[in-house]
Amino acid sequence: MDFGDSPQEAAFRSRLRDWLRDNNPGLPASSTSDEYWAGQAAWHQSLYDAGFFAMSWPKEIGGQGLPSVYEVIADDELSRAGAPPRPSLGYLVQGILHHGNADVQRRFLPGLVNGRERWCQGFSEPDAGSDLASLTTRAVLDGDEYVITGHKVWTSYSDAADWCLVLARTDSSVPKHRGISAFIVSMRQEGIEQKPLKMINGITREFGEVTFDGARVPAANMVGGPGEGWRLAMTVVSHEREPGELGYVARYSKVVNELTKRVRSDPLRYEAEQVRDLAWAIVEAEVLRLHVCRRLSDRLDAISHGPEGSIDKLLMTEVEQAVGHAALSVGGAAYAGADDTWLRVYLYSRAQSVMGGTAQIQRNLVATRILELPTS
Amino acid sequence: MDVRLSPEQVALRDSAAQMLDRLAPRAVRDLDDSERKAKLDAAVEASGWRDLRVASEGRNPLASAVEAAIIAEELGRALADTPFLGPTLASDLRRRSGAGAPQGRESVALVSDLSSPAEATTTDGVVVDSEDAISALVLLRSGSGWGLAAVALGPAGNQVDLTRAVAAVGGTEPAGLPDAVELLTDDDVLAWWALGLALTCADLVGVMRGVIDLATDYAASRRQYGVPVGSFQAVQHMLADAVVAMEGSRSTALHAAWAVDALAPADALVAASVAKAYCVRAARSVCETGIQVHGGIGNTWDCLAHVFLRRALLSSDILGGIGASLSRVLAHRGIGEDNGLR
Repeated sequence: MDFGDSPQEAAFRSRLRDWLRDNNPGLPASSTSDEYWAGQAAWHQSLYDAGFFAMSWPKEIGGQGLPSVYEVIADDELSRAGAPPRPSLGYLVQGILHHGNADVQRRFLPGLVNGRERWCQGFSEPDAGSDLASLTTRAVLDGDEYVITGHKVWTSYSDAADWCLVLARTDSSVPKHRGISAFIVSMRQEGIEQKPLKMINGITREFGEVTFDGARVPAANMVGGPGEGWRLAMTVVSHEREPGELGYVARYSKVVNELTKRVRSDPLRYEAEQVRDLAWAIVEAEVLRLHVCRRLSDRLDAISHGPEGSIDKLLMTEVEQAVGHAALSVGGAAYAGADDTWLRVYLYSRAQSVMGGTAQIQRNLVATRILELPTS
Repeated sequence: MDVRLSPEQVALRDSAAQMLDRLAPRAVRDLDDSERKAKLDAAVEASGWRDLRVASEGRNPLASAVEAAIIAEELGRALADTPFLGPTLASDLRRRSGAGAPQGRESVALVSDLSSPAEATTTDGVVVDSEDAISALVLLRSGSGWGLAAVALGPAGNQVDLTRAVAAVGGTEPAGLPDAVELLTDDDVLAWWALGLALTCADLVGVMRGVIDLATDYAASRRQYGVPVGSFQAVQHMLADAVVAMEGSRSTALHAAWAVDALAPADALVAASVAKAYCVRAARSVCETGIQVHGGIGNTWDCLAHVFLRRALLSSDILGGIGASLSRVLAHRGIGEDNGLR
């Protein structure tokens, strides 16, 4: 039982720390500005090229085959340097790694991992949110291609994406969970229209909605077999619930560190209540960091994913929203042209209890799958 | 970094759980079963758990704080009504001073609100884990360091925790330990304080696990409207939140325990303070959920839910709760001052 670094881990940490001194792009926190999303691809590529991204993924897809705990070290150092967090796309990688055949993996995973190709995820629809399996986007076979028609929403980064992992119904005659297939669809074609959705904190380059009207995808781009899309979706969302996969620890710590500096520089300006909000945010961010250490260590046993991801998602939500409250409390709402960064951080934090499955769905899963309480 | 328990640590946890499932109280009436209680006490004595922090080779403890925390968590989960924390903290002080073993069971005295260790000059000290103790240790300021002195026990008063007794410090003059060969440094006291906080956090995690099990079993069996109440989302969500609070607490308590022997004392104390703040808040809320899920029964003396809550209240106060812990976390980041060691 050791939270400390092995000699190899310590060497990695020190290399990353040195590299960050010269290569921190100084982007704003991801949640506050479009500038971040504009610079995100370049950050991804530079982090990857220097050997500080995808450490724990297999070498065949561009990773380094190291234990998952290297991701914790990266998060630590990114937050210490105030650098942007690592790109959050582990859930897409895991989905394709678990369900795609060798050809699909070879063709698509390296570009996804090294950041040269940009991706988005087409799961939710206007009428299929928590009840994802009721989705109505259709894929109809036409020769050796499928033709996609439907409407996707909450499609993050759709404006910049080259590829979209789309869930579509290929068989309406079977129960809803069994008629869904997954496809890797090119976003660079006729028949796809994407529109940004402005979030409550004003950013426009994260959320999108995408309409598919006769877009075409080679049958070979199906991930898994026909009707196996639901299984892929469950793999993807279970990883999307994991703070260790997402690297959000660095995002929260960065906010907490900046709020701490603010209070430290002028402590008398702050009421006891504000300082207390900050103290809780410090504690919460640290709790998540340690929790991720524990979960990623468990992976050394090759423990596969279970419903524990829902616990972690709820914990991550608690932490992000506590950090958001501290941002509002210490940073203030900012009136009349003052810097509104902290207001934006706060507003963005409200999405964490919805994205990747609402907090209410996660609680249902914890209650029925972990506590094994009866379903009503 | 690999924060999994070792196979030996897993075996320690499992054997502790097995023994406690046999001998710890399973209902409120069991608390009055003196025969069971004596058997539990004898089994814990025979297990050597109370000696985990005595000196082994040189000044090193027999086992790390992680092993001690594993035991503390299981004792909390099982509501074990036998001393562990007090004797463990006393033996850790003796080890640091080079003193030999006491003549009988020994504990430690804290100030009246339990938030810091008592000194020889403290007039209203409280001995924790006072059951069967013949004396308790207090700190004795001595030049640049700290000596140790033993105080007698006074009357046991009002008991918050029904599983672990506290008593007032007796009226006699504190007596310096004759065989304490070295003064403790401030660092010794900080590391010892971190151990105390880490063990109370582990106890709180155990209490949370125990009360969640109790409430989950009840929710699955208690029927209303023709179905188990645990099938209602309103009940399920309370219990799911309790699980999240417990798991977050567990991660941070584990780190606090590791830090005691692995980090510099001041850093270990900060790690312990992060854990303590989080575990104290979580434990109260989780125990309250335990009472609420039991409905009317949860508000009766004969339901174990309040026994868990009461144990959590004592562990929360020992060596400082939320306020003191948050102040220490802030001070570490350069905001305000930590007024722990005066």
